[in-house]
Amino acid sequence: MKIILKNLTLINPDQNLNQKSDLLIVDGIIKKIGNLTPDDENKTEVYDFKNKICVPGLFDMHVHLREPGREDEETVETGSNSAAAGGFTGVACMPNTNPAIDSAEVVKFVIEKASKHLVDVYPIAAVTAGRKGENLSPMYELIEAGAVGFSDDGDAVKSASILRTALEYSADFNTPIIEHCEEPSLAGGAMNESFTSTYLGLPGIPTVAEDLIVMRDIMMAEYTGGKIHVAHISSKNSVELVRQAKKKGLRVTAEVAPHHFTLTDEAVKSYDTNTKMNPPLRTKSDLDAMIEGLKDGTIDCIASDHAPHSLEEKEMEFQYAPNGIVGLETQVGLTLSELYHKKHLSIEQVIEKLSINPRKILNIPVPQIKEGEVANLTIIDTDLVWTVDIKKFKSKCKNSPFDKRLLTGKAIASINKGKMFVEGKFVNLK
Amino acid sequence: MPLSTRHLLGLQGVSQEDIQLILDTAVTFREVLERPIKKVPTLQGKTIVNLFYENSTRTRISFELAQKRLSADTVNFSTSTSSTKKGETFKDTVRNIEAMKVDMIVVRHESAGVPQYLTKISKANIINAGDGTHEHPTQALLDMYSIREKLGRLEGLKVCIVGDIAHSRVALSNIFGLKAMGAEVSLCGPHSMMPRDIEKLGVKIITNIDQAIEESDVLNVLRIQLERKAGSSFPSVREYHKYFGITEERLEKFNKDIVILHPGPINRGVEISSEVADGPYQIILDQVTNGVAVRMAVLYLLGTLN
Repeated sequence: MKIILKNLTLINPDQNLNQKSDLLIVDGIIKKIGNLTPDDENKTEVYDFKNKICVPGLFDMHVHLREPGREDEETVETGSNSAAAGGFTGVACMPNTNPAIDSAEVVKFVIEKASKHLVDVYPIAAVTAGRKGENLSPMYELIEAGAVGFSDDGDAVKSASILRTALEYSADFNTPIIEHCEEPSLAGGAMNESFTSTYLGLPGIPTVAEDLIVMRDIMMAEYTGGKIHVAHISSKNSVELVRQAKKKGLRVTAEVAPHHFTLTDEAVKSYDTNTKMNPPLRTKSDLDAMIEGLKDGTIDCIASDHAPHSLEEKEMEFQYAPNGIVGLETQVGLTLSELYHKKHLSIEQVIEKLSINPRKILNIPVPQIKEGEVANLTIIDTDLVWTVDIKKFKSKCKNSPFDKRLLTGKAIASINKGKMFVEGKFVNLK
Repeated sequence: MPLSTRHLLGLQGVSQEDIQLILDTAVTFREVLERPIKKVPTLQGKTIVNLFYENSTRTRISFELAQKRLSADTVNFSTSTSSTKKGETFKDTVRNIEAMKVDMIVVRHESAGVPQYLTKISKANIINAGDGTHEHPTQALLDMYSIREKLGRLEGLKVCIVGDIAHSRVALSNIFGLKAMGAEVSLCGPHSMMPRDIEKLGVKIITNIDQAIEESDVLNVLRIQLERKAGSSFPSVREYHKYFGITEERLEKFNKDIVILHPGPINRGVEISSEVADGPYQIILDQVTNGVAVRMAVLYLLGTLN
């Protein structure tokens, strides 16, 4: 099947590409860039994407797909639908499932579930068996089965000694250990520890709980030469620690979730459990540090920490409600609204953080916009003004604090593996 | 003049006028409590549920008595006798109670914010009887009532709250209420008992108990929660008593009139010595009596709003 995407601006900083052009895609392969003939347009579905940009398919390196174990909240399929609707053609999913992704069987199970989907799903495997922090998971087998990184997400790797062994044992794979940085003896609160937690009478999680593990992990990266990726960074001091680590040339990278550069802990004043996540929403000075870190490259990428929770789980007393929000379908809108339109990041930087850098961290090839390549693309309307409506989410869960929020910028089509998601549905291109 | 609020969720943001109205109304009910027949028909036909998700003896009895003195129909619900143990969610429990047509809900819960959440899922008037380490507004109101009864005013008084502020629900309500009424508030205790950035509420932290006694007109001595895991914010009861306990010896050093409150239950020999707890400065049992009157006032003012 042939389709033509007209009047696009193709942008891929990885190729130094920024040009206006039409695209001819045949059976999911980029056949022609520009110079289309009347013959090309014959019997061809034409999409006019005037003033829209076309970028290498977006990638979210931190999502929770809940399968296996909590298929009532999300499955590989519904999570992938949510990703495609949000403009993502690839995701890396976290291993805190039940059973945990700590064996080749579960890695293959997840990959198999996603095999026919538009979205590429790359499992992150557990660092330790059952994420218990005691014994290393079978890392060679996991890599061979298709895992692209390791994490005990939900918790930091329990002890410095296991972290050290994991970094050394996995050194040959060049994969990162992705860390949920939180010192457990300071954990357990319901929100950021600040004046606001004092005012609301809720137990706090101090930023120093994050900083301590970021510091430990950086020192361990230095000592072992290993690769550490700081997941969902949220504290100002942690950003500074990563900045200094990068200056030293250590192999340390970091991601931030959109809610941490959009909201502060003031949002918790409503006691809305959709403002409860871990790491928690922090203060304005932390938020400013996230933006500064994104601007100067300290923070490599943006990842949603997409965490579906059912209504009955979230509709609860604040202290008992589970942490996390869904994020795949608001991520592009929040990034463009808060970072691009506010002139913190250029469009090239946005694409680096939403598409290129996460793939590089996980050693996944960056899609190229070239004739003969598989069309792995996202079409974005940077100026589309739209209102978030949780009822329209493709995710099974609706736990978002951004319902009814007005955003500027949206992914309007995702293309990969011979499929296109556009206007709310999947179209087969083969 | 009616109250400007349908619920009493806390004293944060409650106006001086509303507090004044509650305290003045309580004076009338305080007189009722001295009569041989201590009952008025004010809330006849109103149904009130006391929803207690946490153990409480005095607050629940005080509310229940206040409700009975106002002739309301009252129902008590506590977790040990509820379906919560069978796994019913809080929301379902509330919806069920709501379906039985109740007018007011008095709620105590260990999670902060529950009273506010209740206003979203119920049409009843909500009264907070203590939520997490957040607020306990009727306790602060009865504290203020008792201070005013004893000293004739609140404005300009120096009130020091002594103890584990971080784990207290009484402290915040007192801070908000007393400041609204024009009192000066300070806090006394080791820094490990102070919640983050509490000074931003316009209160002074004093770490020396003698200084607190010297500078204050009123001490509100909080209960040290011994049931909390030991060593959480102080090393031992012995050390706490030695450096922060209110003793006769300490009070006599300054030879001044000072009023001592305690929200109870008292740990004798910990935050307060027995001599002081039974001595001339304290008004602890007045607080208990006043508590019924103040709660009657709150119930009356909210229950008769339309």
